[in-house]
Amino acid sequence: MNTSIGLVFFVGAIGLTAIGIAGMVLSNHLFRMVLALAIAEAGANLLLILAGFRWDAVAPILSNSEVAQSMVDPVPQAMVLTAIVIGVGVQALALSLVIRVRQRYGTLDMQEARQRMQDDLDAAAGVTPSRSRQQPAGERLLPVPDATVETGGRHD
Amino acid sequence: MRSLATVLFLGGLVFLLAVLTETLSFGNPPMLVGDAIQRTAVNDVGAANLVTAVVLGYRGLDTLGELSILFAAATAGGLVLGAARAGSRQRPGGFILCAGADLLFPLLLVVGLYIVMHGHLTPGGGFQGGVVLAAAFFLPLLARPTETLSHTWLSVVEGMAGTAFIAIGMLALFRGEAFLAPLFDKGVFGELVSSGSLPLLYLAVGLKVGSELASLLSRLASDDEMTS
Repeated sequence: MNTSIGLVFFVGAIGLTAIGIAGMVLSNHLFRMVLALAIAEAGANLLLILAGFRWDAVAPILSNSEVAQSMVDPVPQAMVLTAIVIGVGVQALALSLVIRVRQRYGTLDMQEARQRMQDDLDAAAGVTPSRSRQQPAGERLLPVPDATVETGGRHD
Repeated sequence: MRSLATVLFLGGLVFLLAVLTETLSFGNPPMLVGDAIQRTAVNDVGAANLVTAVVLGYRGLDTLGELSILFAAATAGGLVLGAARAGSRQRPGGFILCAGADLLFPLLLVVGLYIVMHGHLTPGGGFQGGVVLAAAFFLPLLARPTETLSHTWLSVVEGMAGTAFIAIGMLALFRGEAFLAPLFDKGVFGELVSSGSLPLLYLAVGLKVGSELASLLSRLASDDEMTS
């Protein structure tokens, strides 16, 4: 009985982590990646909390009663408190980046945003996009040699 | 190809974690630190909430690092989103939303400050109460999108709170103890004013977290509406 409940908890925590990581890697939608990150964090936090669990124990808060009760381990709880706050900060930063991407490129699809970003970079650098289907990589125009370099010797 | 690599990685990760948890005996934590803290925390720190004793008493430097990570995240968020723009195009919410926000604002303020001030006695503390405080200041903004929070005041409060946290830690250093070591008289166990400098530290943490999250939320909200 006891071990089976523990098995359920551990499977839940590991499963949440796995689902979150799978969502982060497999999803192409930027906002869903942020949500998957939150799910993975929840799984990791649950795993940490489970490491400090103790049967028939109360929350780690002392009371004035003389009866000494067994308490769950307070150290993993303090670490998870830290992890939750850091997770909130990371998610807020990720969301602000997602908002910026949406404002700039008008899409939340990762492939599309990456392609438009590459186009922007190519346009800013003044080069032909290397992945263009109209001009495969073998038939690209070679950079025109600078005329002044070759004629520089005949000046005098 | 990417899915195959993902499946392989996930399988390995799940197997690793499963093996790790298999060695733990569920319900009987093998760590001895927790038991030692339960025995000595009353004399060392004097806080009834042992999580607070760990967060601020035994691992105060860790909490300072956590605060700086949150500060870096809030600063980077502000940097990415830029200055909040006044003059929103969104209409203000209806009567019920505005009245509800006005009604909830003082209640949330009281609850947030209660959670912050009782962090060393009951479940709660600076981080949890700070989030409630941020929600209290963000709620009127949801009802009336045309108004903006004063980011100058928020950064003043945030800076003062951070300075106070470090100053209390330095005070312990000057008295010949470790950085952020619990100061002052422990007081009577279970009283509101007890366990030395812990309530002051948690008040600083609560104000800092609350102002950071409030400014971050208002920036997110004011920038999000520009796209829609």
